[in-house]
Amino acid sequence: MRIPILKLHEYLLITIQVEMDDQTALQFQEDLLNKIHDTGAKGVVIDLTSVDMIDSFIAKVLGDVVRMSKLMGAQVVLTGIQPAVAITLIDLGISMREVSTALDLEQGLDKLRLELEG
Amino acid sequence: MDIQSCVEVRNEWDIVSARQLGRNMAKELGFGNVDQARITTAISELARNIYLYAGRGKICIEPIDQLGKKGLRIIALDNGPGIREIRKVMEDGYTTSGGLGAGLPGVKRLMDEFSIESTVDVGTEISATKWLR
Ligand SMILES: Nc1ncnc2c1ncn2[C@@H]1O[C@H](COP(=O)(O)OP(=O)(O)OP(=O)(O)O)[C@@H](O)[C@H]1O
Ligand SMILES: [Mg+2]
Repeated sequence: MRIPILKLHEYLLITIQVEMDDQTALQFQEDLLNKIHDTGAKGVVIDLTSVDMIDSFIAKVLGDVVRMSKLMGAQVVLTGIQPAVAITLIDLGISMREVSTALDLEQGLDKLRLELEG
Repeated sequence: MDIQSCVEVRNEWDIVSARQLGRNMAKELGFGNVDQARITTAISELARNIYLYAGRGKICIEPIDQLGKKGLRIIALDNGPGIREIRKVMEDGYTTSGGLGAGLPGVKRLMDEFSIESTVDVGTEISATKWLR
């Protein structure tokens, strides 16, 4: 299974709508880095509104993808994290401290625009 | 649905099946959104550990009713290498695989009761319970 990555101006948008198995998560990591490379995108929004569970593996993949994208010159914002998911991440002891977040896709895009242009 | 259901864990997709089974049972038992997420996450951690460290094993999920106190129990069983230093693996950040080391201490916090029995070269059995509030 592959997660689609959309390009909108200089941004990449991803809405995760599948139940993520490990392969899908790793494939997504690779696809996103390739897409950043090919498009020269400066900002990425990953929307997690439909994601109802993030375990330590998926959290690690997401954290890694944010750091790797930064190395390639793209800022990543995670959006739409459900309350139940935020609570379980804290139970797991995962803070996502260095990760930029926003309430929804629209605010995520606003945040990127501010960070990149402001 | 007062019987135990089990999922064999042999590959990454079985991890997804195990957590889907857990979510469905948690929903049916009347757990709220947040506890459903906690139970599903705990199952995912235990199933992944089986897959990563033991190669294969199983996850069983059972409803419990003790003197009117209702809940759900997860049992993770494998005949893998076992865990030599149980105290160490329960520390946040301890990993032998480059993971976050969040799994086992995380499961303990996600659930209400947690127990682990492991014998080197024999296997590991972990049991974790969440009570319905
Ligand atoms: N079923 C098991 N059989 C043998 N060893 C295990 C088993 N489960 C866990 N372990 C050992 O315990 C350690 C800690 O497990 P834990 O799930 O807490 O962290 P992790 O799997 O290393 O990383 P994370 O879960 O954050 O991705 C593992 O690195 C492994 O050495
Ligand atoms: Mg683990």
